[in-house]
Amino acid sequence: MSKQKINNLNDNFDIVLENVTVSYQLPDEQVRTFKEYAINFIQGKNKKRSFLALDHINLKIKAGEIFGVIGRNGAGKSTLLKVISRVLIPTKGRVVTRGRVYPMLQVGAGFHPELTGRENVFLNGTLLGHTRIEIEEKYQDIIEFSEIADFINAPVRTYSTGMQARLGFAVAFAWQPEVLILDEVLSVGDVAFQQKCRIRMQEYRENGTTTVLVSHSPVLIASLCERALWLDKGKIVALGESDKVTQGYKTKMGV
Amino acid sequence: MENKQNNQKEIYDSSKRGHPAWEEFTGVLRYRDLVFQLIRRDLVSRYKRSVLGVAWTMLNPLGTMLILTIVFSRVFGRVESYPVFVLTGLIVWNFFSQTTQHCMSSTLWGSGLFKKIYLPRTSFIISSIGTGIVNFIISLVPLLVIMLFTGAPVQLSAIMLPVILLLLSLFSLGVGLLLSAYSVFFPDIAEIYTIILMAWMYLSPVIVPEETLASILNGWLLKINPLFYLIKLFRMAIYDGVFPPISLLLTATGISFAMFMIGWLVFTNKSDEFAYYV
Repeated sequence: MSKQKINNLNDNFDIVLENVTVSYQLPDEQVRTFKEYAINFIQGKNKKRSFLALDHINLKIKAGEIFGVIGRNGAGKSTLLKVISRVLIPTKGRVVTRGRVYPMLQVGAGFHPELTGRENVFLNGTLLGHTRIEIEEKYQDIIEFSEIADFINAPVRTYSTGMQARLGFAVAFAWQPEVLILDEVLSVGDVAFQQKCRIRMQEYRENGTTTVLVSHSPVLIASLCERALWLDKGKIVALGESDKVTQGYKTKMGV
Repeated sequence: MENKQNNQKEIYDSSKRGHPAWEEFTGVLRYRDLVFQLIRRDLVSRYKRSVLGVAWTMLNPLGTMLILTIVFSRVFGRVESYPVFVLTGLIVWNFFSQTTQHCMSSTLWGSGLFKKIYLPRTSFIISSIGTGIVNFIISLVPLLVIMLFTGAPVQLSAIMLPVILLLLSLFSLGVGLLLSAYSVFFPDIAEIYTIILMAWMYLSPVIVPEETLASILNGWLLKINPLFYLIKLFRMAIYDGVFPPISLLLTATGISFAMFMIGWLVFTNKSDEFAYYV
């Protein structure tokens, strides 16, 4: 585990994590209703145990780099992304990010089936924090990128999964993000469309976008990222050049 | 030059956050276009696919009014123009019950997104109230028709309507926030609430005349019911055609603002935990 001393955010870093700890409070039994909670409360059974999803993580991600995160299921990868993208406030420690953090939504998240493609572009754009005017400026670009201009006034429920994915990506890729968060989402759409997304990502990267990519696949991480982090049970196993980190991961996993 | 650019970027520091209630407020202001899109989504999806869409919003209270008038006009025969009495009560009641329930369901819909992206979580609740306001205004049309039909005149006091709607919205927003804050953790609160609503309606002067309820518990039944003041305000301005006394207006304002503040503080304090709840 690397123990680097981290000072304040300076110009070379877009993301800094200092001693970030996230501990989920899990009930012994899953209590899902108020009724159960009330009954357990009377019986004094609402015991909870805490589960460390992230354990004192120190990490600095440079401005403009593609940074990979690898690890098994439950290693804390998603929690790390949530902490960076402001969805989860860490239980302990500090997260500093510079620039708008842009988590890539899963396919169709935030779409409403009854609304038309056009209406969903506006709904999805505002969900990502853009104003109506910003969306209007990019509207043509979004339609062109998604390749569904002919169906844009039809309700999204009539779209195929691929069309929904293309529209979602088109909205998300319309603006150059300062920090882009990718959680194994690039495997949707056909090969040609994936290629288009990669090219757009490359452009953004050349213009200074910082990217954090999470994946199970060491091959993908090694090919796309300069540096990588290997997480296991909420702790850093290795942090450094992606070749070395993924090599170590592959050896350990016996892949 | 790069330095300068970097300085302009917005910085998020988890250790330097303001009070959650204030953070949420500035967040919603920045995301106001989202609130409008959500209202639009609700209205379009409700009204688009059926010819009767808008008509349903008007027919629903009318139908209920008709049934209640037939059933209860004998029981409460002394009430003057009972159809207008019932309809004015129902419009306020429907606004309150529908928006507060909608707050919970749209927060539940949004909670899938809260776990993935940052959003001011109150956007969904505020938009539910916004949708309710549009429906409220639509449901005034049948009221007007019935008033003209039964010869109950519209008085100048109707200009109080925007103020009353604002107070009603604030109160409902407060209750909606409070319910939503907990229904994320306990979805069955929505079901418990349905039962509470039923009792609440019969204990409020919606169908039952105020005089009938006024005698219960020395009048305390009505006095402790915050909706009583809001229904009374609306009835005075529309049904009685008189300007409500300032004391009533102040009481209703106090209650509505207090409820809103309580709801806002509780919700914004709880909402950081949403993402922790897996």
